[in-house]
Amino acid sequence: MTDLDQTGLSRLGLHVELGGKMVPFAGYEMPVQYPMGVLREHLHCRSQTGLFDVSHMGQVILRPRGSMEALCLAFEALMPVDVLRLAAGRQRYGMFTNETGGILDDLMFANRGDHLFVVVNAGCKAADIAHMQAHLSAVAEVIPVTDRALIAVQGPGAEAALSTLVPVQGMRFMDSAILPSGMGDLWVSRSGYTGEDGFEVSVENRHAEAFVRHLLALPGVAPIGLGARDSLRLEAGLCLYGHDIDTTTSPVEAGLTWAIQKSRRTGGARQGGFPGAARILRELAEGPERLRVGLRPEGRAPMREGTLLFDPDGTPLGEVTSGGFGPSVEAPIAMGYVAASHAAPGTALLGEVRGKRLPAAVVPLPFQPTTYKR
Amino acid sequence: MKYTAEHEWLRVEGDLIVVGITEHAATALGDVVFIELPEVETMVTSGDEVAVIESVKAASDILAPVDGEIVAVNDKLVDHPGLVNEDPMGAAWFFKIRVDDLAVLDEFMDEDEYNELIG
Repeated sequence: MTDLDQTGLSRLGLHVELGGKMVPFAGYEMPVQYPMGVLREHLHCRSQTGLFDVSHMGQVILRPRGSMEALCLAFEALMPVDVLRLAAGRQRYGMFTNETGGILDDLMFANRGDHLFVVVNAGCKAADIAHMQAHLSAVAEVIPVTDRALIAVQGPGAEAALSTLVPVQGMRFMDSAILPSGMGDLWVSRSGYTGEDGFEVSVENRHAEAFVRHLLALPGVAPIGLGARDSLRLEAGLCLYGHDIDTTTSPVEAGLTWAIQKSRRTGGARQGGFPGAARILRELAEGPERLRVGLRPEGRAPMREGTLLFDPDGTPLGEVTSGGFGPSVEAPIAMGYVAASHAAPGTALLGEVRGKRLPAAVVPLPFQPTTYKR
Repeated sequence: MKYTAEHEWLRVEGDLIVVGITEHAATALGDVVFIELPEVETMVTSGDEVAVIESVKAASDILAPVDGEIVAVNDKLVDHPGLVNEDPMGAAWFFKIRVDDLAVLDEFMDEDEYNELIG
């Protein structure tokens, strides 16, 4: 093996036992696929239940030194997102922005009553923790959670599978709960990265193997690797940090305005006051110069990341940031940035694949209807 | 049957060489989702990129293993790229090349040598 960091399950050798093909990812040794293969794993998650080890992601607790309100307001100062009015037991999507309105990372955070629980991307984990320590230490303890695995259970069978351990039937999309179980407290949120109904479960490392083995023994539950995780999230139109969003893309350009609540916009109760507010509020008012869009190549050739996009006259429009084959839509799909003038669904454009400019059309996202339990 | 270091197999059929990719290559690529084939009657030189194969993971080039003329391509692969995973050594041949002299095959690996390469 390598000197890569290993998550709880990798260290246990469980992925290898399951036949996982291990690859380095964000400094971790992770399974890119299992013997089922990317295509069938993808379709299995859409039709039954997929289990994903996402323990490489960063789990962080923000525990207020004083009031929750002071912590929420300080956390809000890092994001164009309403933290203060997030109800206890609820989770929300957010993104750290920089002074120029770009995105440092996207994340999930939950109000757990007397503290916040944050989940960030593996590749940004160290920088995110430093960022939070630099800006929140006066109002909160920033506590990286290092003794827990993170397991996603996704697909139409996810509720039935997880219900064998904890009562999750009453939870709805983006609910967050701490549920006692025979395997210690499970930190459960009804969310995911596939477009399917499902859950993300933080479980103590010492119970992680039993937890995973229990679920995999249930009918219809199969392990899913990073390959299918990527095609599932692409079909669901979800951004991958470092590809579809980065320090140069604003949340408005990225089409993430749904995550910017009214309270943080111009005229809102706590307008602005986050890094890059000048650009982000201006783009909200006037529209951005470019936008993230869905793309459907007309032929069968996938348009992958880096594919240059042109209008039919040959004017450069932007490029693909994620692209591949969508197993459920049974066609090549892509996302990318184009000039705002060419972002309307139905717009015809060209993508340059191996020197040839092939036709594609702008289409609405997601490619695959989501099945969240709202 | 002969094999190249680029994981192609070469089979003699009359005066033609039939080219496909090995089972080892198909497994390594994973599920194939797109194939682009050369035009028939194209003259190719050994090492030319003549076809493209894309799996769920990545795109790869298929190189012409020898100098010659492409005289047939397997159009079935365009609509059913998954055939490469189902039957890489048989039904999923890519193209047929006419060469001046079949003796060019002598320079390629036999099955034992290829198995040693991938072993």
